[in-house]
Amino acid sequence: MYVYDEHDRQIAAERVAQFRDQTERALAGELREDEFLPLRLQNGLYVQRLAPMLRIAVPYGMLRSAQLRRLARITRDYDKGYAHFTTRQNVQLNWPAIEDVPDILAELAEVEMHANQTSGNCIRNTTTDQFSGVQADEITDPRPYCEIIRQWSTFHPEFAFLPRKFKVAVNASEHTDRAAIQVHDIGLQMVRNEQGELGFRVHVGGGLGRTPMVGPVIREFLPEHDLLTYLEAVLRVYNRYGRRDNKFKARIKILVKALTPEGFAAKVEDEWSHIKDSPTRLTDEAINRFKGYFTEPDYQQVPDVTETLATQRFENREFDQWIAHNVDAHKKPGYAIVTLTMKKTGTPPGDVSDRQLEQIADLADQYSFGEVRVTHQQNVVLADVRKDQLFELWQSITPMGFATANLNTLTDVICCPGGDYCALANAKSIPVAEAIQRQFDDMDYLYDIGNIDLNISGCMNACGHHHVGNIGVLGVDKKGEEFYQISLGGSSHHDAAIGKILGPSFARDDMPEVIQKIINVYVDHRTEEEPFLDTYRRIGIEPFKERVYA
Amino acid sequence: MPDVITSDGSVRQDDWVIVPTPAEGESLVVPPEPALIPAGLWLAGKEHYEGRDDIGVWLDSHEEPEMLAGVVNELPVIAVNFPKFSDGRGYSIARLLRERLNYRNELRAVGDVLLDQLQFMKRCGFDTYVLRADKDINKAARCLNFFTQGYQAATDTDIPLFRRRA
Ligand code: SF4
Repeated sequence: MYVYDEHDRQIAAERVAQFRDQTERALAGELREDEFLPLRLQNGLYVQRLAPMLRIAVPYGMLRSAQLRRLARITRDYDKGYAHFTTRQNVQLNWPAIEDVPDILAELAEVEMHANQTSGNCIRNTTTDQFSGVQADEITDPRPYCEIIRQWSTFHPEFAFLPRKFKVAVNASEHTDRAAIQVHDIGLQMVRNEQGELGFRVHVGGGLGRTPMVGPVIREFLPEHDLLTYLEAVLRVYNRYGRRDNKFKARIKILVKALTPEGFAAKVEDEWSHIKDSPTRLTDEAINRFKGYFTEPDYQQVPDVTETLATQRFENREFDQWIAHNVDAHKKPGYAIVTLTMKKTGTPPGDVSDRQLEQIADLADQYSFGEVRVTHQQNVVLADVRKDQLFELWQSITPMGFATANLNTLTDVICCPGGDYCALANAKSIPVAEAIQRQFDDMDYLYDIGNIDLNISGCMNACGHHHVGNIGVLGVDKKGEEFYQISLGGSSHHDAAIGKILGPSFARDDMPEVIQKIINVYVDHRTEEEPFLDTYRRIGIEPFKERVYA
Repeated sequence: MPDVITSDGSVRQDDWVIVPTPAEGESLVVPPEPALIPAGLWLAGKEHYEGRDDIGVWLDSHEEPEMLAGVVNELPVIAVNFPKFSDGRGYSIARLLRERLNYRNELRAVGDVLLDQLQFMKRCGFDTYVLRADKDINKAARCLNFFTQGYQAATDTDIPLFRRRA
């Protein structure tokens, strides 16, 4: 994974010194609250319902064990001993004191971490597939390009005050999209052209929130060397022409819609024609240098354990289910990808204690070359586990609560912090997630109904990505009371789609039963092996409506 | 006379005044002293000012710097207005003036110009800054110099860090 050189270290240290100075001026009253606001947001600090929150960047989800241990220590020393994995591969602290934040940032910088641009109207942390570099069906490892984007976007002097926040995601898998690129401001799909050259298909103007949209393609093939100049052209067009008069119309998707995708693309091409050959054009040397940080770890010749594993699975049903659900195929023979689920019923999705962070660090050191990846589904991945150590790993993580074998099932809920923590919420989201998890606690039944994305947001801001859940739940406010609106048929994958609203919203207590009815309709109508989304697409929303509102 | 910050953080005074856009139905009154007038009005009546070397223009954040293509270097000073510090269009305008239209003379940031934005303005090609009056001008040098380098190319350097690393 990427390692800082002296330039990165210097820039990181200078950033901490700058924010210390800004914080001192703010506390001394030299900066008004509205003037300090974007400065602290771009250092990850925002104020929520109960306290300030600090959102720490985890660039494209990668963490080393030493960084996890430092995070654990920070949560103990400056917070209440736990942290939260967000739906954008970042980590959040819930209760830091404002005056401590410069010290926290200094501690993070020591382990090559930061909170730059994790909030505010700027280019945010670039996200990607958590299985990058270890899956078989990958065009190339997208992480070097993510790091290239990270560096280019860090303190970009032209784009620090955009009309609104700006999120970029990269995907390199041919058949799956775990990064939900089509619902990002820019989604980059890695592709090869007919000559076999690497490049990107560029989607612009996807997004959730108030006006959910799947991002149209504005360029079918962008050669890899042109990545940064083209991004600069897109951002410049957006910075100049994106709406600034209305916060709700300020995202790039509104501009793309107003100009039409073709009109927007033409503007970008025109801007790009002036800068495409500037020194910002990537060189082979630079690309290879970044690739050099993401080489394969020291994989070993692992003895063939197919039979032992088969026996272990046969003798131990829970282990068998865990393998079936939480373990994925690895490109290297003898290795497997393991997802540690952070979705134990009764724990808010994505929450981890300081102790758990240290346990994850130990697991990474022992089983996966000292690295982990954070997923936008709020789980943690050990990407390089030897197959002959799977059983042992499973035994050690079961008591830690990381082995709930529900990955990608209905109870692997994506859920924003909602009304328990978030000032913007219309309704609580965590108790709804928990009630649904309790309703579907029979694992056999859960496996029988198969993979279903259930996403919950506490308000229109859609941090829980409810529009792209196969089942989406949105907290709404009805005359001061918390209600929940359901949508069906969303998807964040290659077949990205925005869910359709089922009908009038429901009270919180009714939610488990409503979800149960929806599942019953699916079970009644599915053909063999047909996943929920396919059944929905085949039969439409009516049968669900009829049952739920009967 | 306004205090003007220069890119090395030092402060000097000069007497450029900004002439606002006249209200509907009123005409532009150009004062005898050095003046920055609305760019569109200067373009429309350029020939009137040919005898004066102390007339510059200002652009508002929604205006297109492209309108000055080909004539930028006839102007001793161009100012770009930041109506609100959080309006980031002025940064793109500055880069376009410098890098696309090859403007070589003084580029001045005016309006809601605060200390913590100076570093970005400098990188985008501004070389003088009129700080909002309530801000401490003595802190400008410090705020301009928190960073010794940046990752990306901009107006100040066309060599991004990835090319300097080799
Ligand atoms: S979706 Fe709304 S309630 Fe949930 S975290 Fe985002 S802003 Fe808060």
